Amino acid sequence: MMTSRINPLLILFTVLVYIFLMGPLIIVLGASVSDTTYLTFPPQGLTLRWFENIFEISAFRRTIITSLELAFLATGLALLVGIPAAYALNRYRIKLPSWLSTVFVLPILVPEIVLGFSLLKSVAVGMETPIFLTLLVGHMLLVLPYCVRVVSASLASFDFSIEEAAVSLGSPPVKTFFTIVLPNVRSGVIAAFILAFITSINDVSTSLFLTGPGISTLPIQILAHVEQFFDPTIASVSVLLMLLTVAVMAIVERTLGLTFLAK
Amino acid sequence: MTQALTVQNLTAHYGATKVLEDLSLSVGKGELVSLLGASGCGKTTTLRLIAGFLEPTSGSIRLGDKDLTRLPAYKRDIGLVFQNYALFPHLSVLDNVAFGLKQRGVAPGDREKRAKAMLERVGLSQLADRLPGALSGGQKQRVALARALVIEPPLLMFDEPLSNLDAKLRVDMRVEIRQLQRANGTTSVYVTHDQEEAFSISDRVAIMNAGRIMQFDTPETLYQRPANAFVARFVGFENLVPMKVSARDGATVTAVTGDGSLLKLSQDRFGAIPDAFVLAARADGLSVSTDAKAEGIPATLGLRTYLGRAYQYQADTAAGQLIANGSLSAPLEPGAQAKLVPVPDQCCVLKPE
Repeated sequence: MMTSRINPLLILFTVLVYIFLMGPLIIVLGASVSDTTYLTFPPQGLTLRWFENIFEISAFRRTIITSLELAFLATGLALLVGIPAAYALNRYRIKLPSWLSTVFVLPILVPEIVLGFSLLKSVAVGMETPIFLTLLVGHMLLVLPYCVRVVSASLASFDFSIEEAAVSLGSPPVKTFFTIVLPNVRSGVIAAFILAFITSINDVSTSLFLTGPGISTLPIQILAHVEQFFDPTIASVSVLLMLLTVAVMAIVERTLGLTFLAK
Repeated sequence: MTQALTVQNLTAHYGATKVLEDLSLSVGKGELVSLLGASGCGKTTTLRLIAGFLEPTSGSIRLGDKDLTRLPAYKRDIGLVFQNYALFPHLSVLDNVAFGLKQRGVAPGDREKRAKAMLERVGLSQLADRLPGALSGGQKQRVALARALVIEPPLLMFDEPLSNLDAKLRVDMRVEIRQLQRANGTTSVYVTHDQEEAFSISDRVAIMNAGRIMQFDTPETLYQRPANAFVARFVGFENLVPMKVSARDGATVTAVTGDGSLLKLSQDRFGAIPDAFVLAARADGLSVSTDAKAEGIPATLGLRTYLGRAYQYQADTAAGQLIANGSLSAPLEPGAQAKLVPVPDQCCVLKPE
């Protein structure tokens, strides 16, 4: 057996990186169970009452639902547009001008605050759209670049002669897309979903402009809460938000993965 | 049921560039025809047009009495074998082979039986449950072949099917392809840039250049009787010497090269010889002679290489540098003066370009 000596400095550096990455998580988790009326770390005492408190505040209950609806709808719609766009951009790469794919990245190049503000001016006020619809448009714009990019990356390594082989064997083009192309870019679609979902559910800057009377998202509600209270509810909401995201990731990974595997 | 393929006056463009010009080609029932040429000559374009992946600007494609010209690719019923195999990575070998049958609505039990039988024929039944990623290149191409053959297509097409395999396997596979094609009697079009591959496997070969067919004939005819200078060069006639007829005496023609040396050629051997022509010969077709009375092209010999069956010389002549073979018994040194005598059986007379 060969044993290689690892530089202690490297170990130290690695540990520091891990602390740096996990520190905030641990602090939030700790603070959320602290039996004090203010945020503190390390936690003093142990209680779950701040988690109960979330559900007693109706604004939190409503905004959790809104955020989830928004994230699912925005991600779903963005994939509905993004997958065909990514397909076309890759399938006809030689024929299409190269700037065309750049267009799909523009929404993330524009500062989110500007995106939110311009949507408020032109859509919410200008067109008098309902608040939820405006939020949906904003979030869809926000997550579309991720969908196109990530699915594109997956399609870039896809050999389109496979598609031609299926067509030559008698499979119509649309059916071929679903039975041959999609199953082979499954991992890209799952990754795009997760990225888009997280982006939507955590968004503050754009949503800040688009939320209005009666309708808000969870991060905006957290912001509003922090302005008035400093109790550990904020920490427990954050933990809940993280758990929700992880749960969705797990479910998507499972279901999308399995549907694609079954033929 | 296998069918004859008729391609008439096919012209195709990529944007504004014409890639195929007025191409006509007929492939008889059960015949294997190769499209041979360097990359960019239009051979793959022709195949893709027949398969329906590209649309021609004008012209028609018929398979038996069916007009394919405007039919969508998935309705053309053509078996295709690709250079990079193009197997479905997420389906097992068996499901890959059964895919075409599934599209045709064959019942699950029946299609499994037929796919298994086809895998048996290509010798891969033990790999039926594997995913394509676990196969070697040769095995992948066998699966691709089985997948194309199992639908019993009226036409089978190959797009450089052996290019990604190593040399030894390439030879084995082409024999296998030919045997399967013969046994099924499937009309086939085979695209390749490899002359040996095309000649060894085909009933007839179309040599292509710049979107046109330069000559369409049996391999034997192409090899021995190229119709023009392009084909001659393609099949290895290294020496192309322009000549003019100076005298005619019955069947015998006296021709003169640029430097005034005379050659006597018989029209019994070469057919009618025009007043201006090109004499084409491989190195084998020009024999190095030191006999002063020999009728040949005067040359100063250059580099000599040993070929086993003969010595080969680079020879400087008034018609440029030629390559000729000389006997093993009398090796000549660079700088020696000699004559290059055409060997009648090994030369041809071509029209000037």
